Amino acid sequence: MSITSTLTDGRVAGRAADSEFVRRLKRRRTNETVFICLGLAATSIGLIALAALMIDLAASGYPRLTADFFTNFPSRRAGQAGILSAWVGSLLVISVTAFIGVPLGVAAGIYLEEYAPKNIWTNIIEINVSNLAGVPSIVFGLLALGLFVYGFGTGRSIFTAGLTLALLILPIIIVATREAIRAVPWSLREAAYGVGATKWQVTQDHVLPAAVPGVLTGVIIGISRALGETAPLVTIGALSFIAFLPPSPVSADFPFISFAWLFEGFTVLPIQAFNWVSRPGDDFQSNAAAAGLVLMAITLVLNGVAIYFRYRLRKKLQW
Amino acid sequence: MNTHTAPTMSSATIGAAGEMLAGRPKITAKNVNVYYGEKQALFDVSVNIPEKSVTSFIGPSGCGKSTFLRCFNRMNDTIPTCRVTGDIEIDNADIYERGLDVVQLRARVGMVFQKPNPFPKSIYDNIAYGPRIHGLARSKTDLDQIVESSLKKAGLFEEVKDRLHESGTGLSGGQQQRLCIARAIAVGPEVILMDEPCSALDPIATARIEELIDHLKENFTIIIVTHSMQQAARVSQRTAFFHLGVLVEEGVTQMIFTNPRDRRTQDYITGRFG
Ligand SMILES: Nc1ncnc2c1ncn2[C@@H]1O[C@H](COP(=O)(O)OP(=O)(O)OP(=O)(O)O)[C@@H](O)[C@H]1O
Ligand SMILES: [Mg+2]
Repeated sequence: MSITSTLTDGRVAGRAADSEFVRRLKRRRTNETVFICLGLAATSIGLIALAALMIDLAASGYPRLTADFFTNFPSRRAGQAGILSAWVGSLLVISVTAFIGVPLGVAAGIYLEEYAPKNIWTNIIEINVSNLAGVPSIVFGLLALGLFVYGFGTGRSIFTAGLTLALLILPIIIVATREAIRAVPWSLREAAYGVGATKWQVTQDHVLPAAVPGVLTGVIIGISRALGETAPLVTIGALSFIAFLPPSPVSADFPFISFAWLFEGFTVLPIQAFNWVSRPGDDFQSNAAAAGLVLMAITLVLNGVAIYFRYRLRKKLQW
Repeated sequence: MNTHTAPTMSSATIGAAGEMLAGRPKITAKNVNVYYGEKQALFDVSVNIPEKSVTSFIGPSGCGKSTFLRCFNRMNDTIPTCRVTGDIEIDNADIYERGLDVVQLRARVGMVFQKPNPFPKSIYDNIAYGPRIHGLARSKTDLDQIVESSLKKAGLFEEVKDRLHESGTGLSGGQQQRLCIARAIAVGPEVILMDEPCSALDPIATARIEELIDHLKENFTIIIVTHSMQQAARVSQRTAFFHLGVLVEEGVTQMIFTNPRDRRTQDYITGRFG
């Protein structure tokens, strides 16, 4: 046998004889097992709760998920009521939100992280932005009611709703963007500076592509949050019963694109669901459950798309 | 200071030394002080770096070698707390002059870092990036040409020619470092700064890089920071020894290693500290 095996054997024998070591080792192993059990329990509680919720929703709502349900306007009769105006409203509002909130949030994140001087003012801004992420959404609704609806006169419209939710998700996206940018290794920037890139080229060509997956995570969280929001939209005056669609954004005649839909009244899925829940009768409860299912499906699909892009981009990065 | 350069050089380098007009300085630094916030990292450093030769910076860890090296392409500008005073001239033009474009400076003074840091892009794009942003290539074929010749100069072309469009980060450490050298060369610099380029590499990869450095000095002025005195002795014509932020001694490499004037230099090269 070689020297090494003798050595190892000797060491193991020595340790085994050391009862203190063995006792400690047992305790270490027990600690580990306990923690694994706790973690498992915590995870399953979350999962079970979610599953119960889904099953409950599905049991009550699934039978209502017919084609008519998607193409009907709300109605006084539960059996004929549908979510056409609600899902169209949700998608339009969320498009406005994404269109305004994402570029603003990302730009602000880039500026704060890469360009803003590091001093007391930027620290104050940083703390405020983080706090904003935790402000109750109703506060954003009140702000929007005062500022957009009464101040700027944008009306109780899709545009106002999109703007409000954009404000709501702005801090989330700013924080995510900053974190993502901060995670980009300094050596990558040095490499780019080293060949003579300007600051913006470093940011645009190297830092941002490396940060995009992290930014997308923030976008996913923000958009999911915005999709489910009810309170701020009720505050700015979303309609709860609406039997028409906003004018189409594309038309057959010149100039083919119209923005009239931006200034129409609207409702969104969570408001529609809430409205049904508060009515008596099982039929309307089923409608609410079905609307909840659709809302979840939309969230999942949007997240799926974002996650797919994130995956593609990560692969393209070739770390 | 440079007048005795040529005679003491080994026979292999005399040819090159003869061409360099008896050590015409490419870079002159006068009374350079560098501060990180309140803390001073370099004290009154003055040195001449001769053209088309290799100068090495040696000294114990933390003595300011990297700090000094990063003055030459103003990489220290990217550190908010860092402040540089004194004069540094390249080809008799002040590089800290107001209004000087650091982008242009960095195109003239390339840099290779301690840890290989290729962009997370393809091998081709790693090298093409610099020429692209500086508009050095007029056409796709031009660019292909630059990429190929840079890879050849860095001694990497044969190994990667079949996978130019694969990731640069998929290469071995030594290959990555040569890729970084090729990336620096591609911009057409006059000076190449190397900060411990071999510290992450095995002896074989190190030997390749040293060979490459020896070759590159025909066209470029090279400054290399190294912890290996053997490496300094092997690749450089002149050596500067730093200690605690002070340039203790600078001169022909052979002289520094065989006959140092300063006690601290002697202690360092004989391994008594550091
Ligand atoms: N970004 C920085 N902020 C503050 N101090 C710094 C910074 N970079 C370097 N220093 C300080 O400046 C001094 C010189 O550092 P430098 O990196 O130039 O040393 P070095 O000679 O390259 O060392 P090594 O051989 O370990 O790389 C050190 O005391 C270091 O602590
Ligand atoms: Mg260093």
